[in-house]
Amino acid sequence: MKHNLILRVIAKYLFPVIALFAFYVQFHGDYGPGGGFQAGVILSVAFILYTLVFGLDTAEQVLSPGVLRILACTGVLLYAGTGVVTMLFGGNFLDYDLLALNPIEGQHIGIMLIELGVGVTVSAIMLVIFFAFAGRERS
Amino acid sequence: MLFIEIISWLFIVAGALLGIAGGIGIHRFPDFYSRLHAVGITDTLCAAMFLVGLCMQTGVSIASLKLMLIFIFLFFSSPTATHALANAALLGGLKPELDEEYHGHCFDRHPD
Repeated sequence: MKHNLILRVIAKYLFPVIALFAFYVQFHGDYGPGGGFQAGVILSVAFILYTLVFGLDTAEQVLSPGVLRILACTGVLLYAGTGVVTMLFGGNFLDYDLLALNPIEGQHIGIMLIELGVGVTVSAIMLVIFFAFAGRERS
Repeated sequence: MLFIEIISWLFIVAGALLGIAGGIGIHRFPDFYSRLHAVGITDTLCAAMFLVGLCMQTGVSIASLKLMLIFIFLFFSSPTATHALANAALLGGLKPELDEEYHGHCFDRHPD
């Protein structure tokens, strides 16, 4: 395993950078290019890099498959829940204008929640798919 | 500002020439390792030259800060990727193509 020394060190330093970039893409998505889907994929890429370098068992200690399934469901619930809340306020499904007193502020909050849901679900699902493929020869 | 313009275009053209050199190298060299050598070395400097030239084009702003961050990322990740590729090929048993006089001379040991 001593052949992977350089990879291990660089992956350790790159992991927080990639994760930080994912959050930048996520929360800057309403002002610049980006959004939930891209941010989710970038965040899952950070974990995939970790898995490729440190092995599947170590990665599953960090993020167990149960947690990933809960996260995937949480994102979808956040997305649909935002829509249902706007319906409870008397509008259409995903009618962001009603989320705050000011319609523009409501649009802001609405798109933020939607993109957060998309990001959480996409990163969790990408990792579930990757772990399923990577763990195929183990079972 | 003409001076900065000229310097920045010199950097960009030098980066483009390095990229072309890497492309010719990956096309013309005989085996995997020498191709990787050609493109792995020029690629990092090519990206660095481009980014420095673009930094001079944008001036001191948030865009040049982002370009410098991209440069730092590439400066660490590109040589690491080259190293990982070469290491994987060597561990996978791919032998480098050698001249006749060096055959069985310097690469006869197993890499571990």
